[in-house]
Amino acid sequence: MNVTDTLNFARTAASGTPLRTGLLILAMSIGVAAVVMLTALGDGARGYVVEEFSSLGSNLIIVLPGRSETRGFNPGNLVTSTVRDLTVEDAEALLRVPGVVRVAPVIIGTTEINARGKLRETMLVGSSSDFIKVRHLKLAQGRFLSRDALGHGSAEVVLGALISSELFGTENPLGKTVRIGDRRLRVVGVLTEGGRGMGMTTNDLLIMPVATAQAMFNSNTLFRILIETRSRATVESTKAAVLKSITARHDGEEDVTVISQDAVLQTFDKILGVLTLGVAGIAAISLGVAGILVMNVMLVSVTQRTAEIGLLKALGATARAIRAAFLTEAAMLSLVGAVIGVALGESGAAMLRHLYPTFPAYPPSWAILAGVGTALATGLVFGVMPARKAAQLDPVQALSKR
Amino acid sequence: MSLIELSGIDRTFQLGDSEVHALRNIDLGIAPGEYAAVMGPSGSGKSTLLNLLGLLDRPDAGTYQLEGRDVNTLSPDEQARVRSERIGFVFQSFHLVPRLTAAENIALPMMLAGIAPTERSSRVAQALKDYGLTDRSGHRPDQLSGGQRQRVAIARATVMHPALLLADEPTGNLDRATGEEVMRLLEELNSQGVTLVVVTHDQALGARAHRQIAMLDGAIASDTTSA
Repeated sequence: MNVTDTLNFARTAASGTPLRTGLLILAMSIGVAAVVMLTALGDGARGYVVEEFSSLGSNLIIVLPGRSETRGFNPGNLVTSTVRDLTVEDAEALLRVPGVVRVAPVIIGTTEINARGKLRETMLVGSSSDFIKVRHLKLAQGRFLSRDALGHGSAEVVLGALISSELFGTENPLGKTVRIGDRRLRVVGVLTEGGRGMGMTTNDLLIMPVATAQAMFNSNTLFRILIETRSRATVESTKAAVLKSITARHDGEEDVTVISQDAVLQTFDKILGVLTLGVAGIAAISLGVAGILVMNVMLVSVTQRTAEIGLLKALGATARAIRAAFLTEAAMLSLVGAVIGVALGESGAAMLRHLYPTFPAYPPSWAILAGVGTALATGLVFGVMPARKAAQLDPVQALSKR
Repeated sequence: MSLIELSGIDRTFQLGDSEVHALRNIDLGIAPGEYAAVMGPSGSGKSTLLNLLGLLDRPDAGTYQLEGRDVNTLSPDEQARVRSERIGFVFQSFHLVPRLTAAENIALPMMLAGIAPTERSSRVAQALKDYGLTDRSGHRPDQLSGGQRQRVAIARATVMHPALLLADEPTGNLDRATGEEVMRLLEELNSQGVTLVVVTHDQALGARAHRQIAMLDGAIASDTTSA
């Protein structure tokens, strides 16, 4: 029997029992769809987190006030438990640390913006002119904050895209005066739409010089200091230098935490990568179950087609030809199930992406290959036993059965 | 030279704890082109003999020479080839594959033998024409009458041009008129040179053959050749 004939024979044999074949294909496709969709979810989660963090830039160092205790007892804690504030002076001093290219002090708070009679509550960020570069933001209109000394608070503000369109509509906001809190500031620029990072969007953000924001909030502490290093390779050494510099300024006490963007990113990447593998493994169990179903269906098929197998032998079929026919049928059912499963999984992932546009739920190609491969392998492995059973049937007994 | 040469054939079946001697010490020669009927009551061993002749069963003792070749020593694959090329089967219950059409059923032996599809379809068309089934070629067995089914089965058995045609109660499931028609077809094939062995318990049917082999309790009771 040649290959085309074997394929045709297996196809007609499978379509001869539509219900059984349909159920088997359904089971197989659910298994494969589970693998595809769950890995899409896992990989999507990984992609989401990685993107959130990498939108901050990969050679970024973040300084946080307060010490996250990881070295056990610190005698300094006995003397004082109050944390020294991060100040603008700290940020200025960091500019002199080797390896540091840009420094953006950050203060965050909520405030109200008032323009042309419209009032809106919004998030306010006080920072420096380097903030736009450190955070990789883009301007749609105008310019960013002017390059003044950090202590100098000029009365200018950059608007997020949403704020601008809500307050000014299609009108050009550049040069207009807005009231923010109890101050009047001039709009110098508008950010592009869709900038994201750290779980917040820049669409409804106001950015103003750090000194202006501090005056408005009547505070001289900072929320964060963002530092851009010269390259990704120098992140670790710069991190140590930054910590040393601030410790020296804070009377020798290590009361800040310095984290690098890269390290956080890698950790998340690793954790979520393992998570994806885990869910893929769980989904693969359903493929194993489908494989056992293939064996069951093929065994029933052999029993039901005993007379036919006997006849084929009488007509001159070799044991090999019969084995090949049944194995082909098992493989064909598995493959069709797998293809339908991939289609189901892909459309499920597409649905997820449609419902949650920011969530990149794309099934990784290794998962699709592994899903189809496992389906085919289980179909073949579990098809071997029924196929052997068919080939070993005694033709006399097989023919006498009706 | 005879087509079939059996000598000292024994076949025993184990049924529970009792041994059933289906065939005892059978010596039989059948010449090419012969028309022989194997007759006997049920349990006389005639079906076992037919299965042996068709290489579906092996004897426990004795030799079976088909066209001068000791076929019992062949490997299973070689036996399958002999069945494919030299032997045709016609069964009482037709044994058509229910999901295949008449044409596909007829093509089955050629497909198993690996004959090219173009030659296959021309030979199937010829067979359909020979057996008056051309307008039934696309029908499945459950859409055919009993006589048509057996004609499909005969077409399938002869499409590989076998030397030996084995028929096991070929009219057993057919009414008298259709049975008569089927027997005429088989006899016509015999007159064209195909060796025909018919197994039956029907005396009238057996009497049509040129040679009657009567079996009783696994042995040949009588072997008469009519003129």
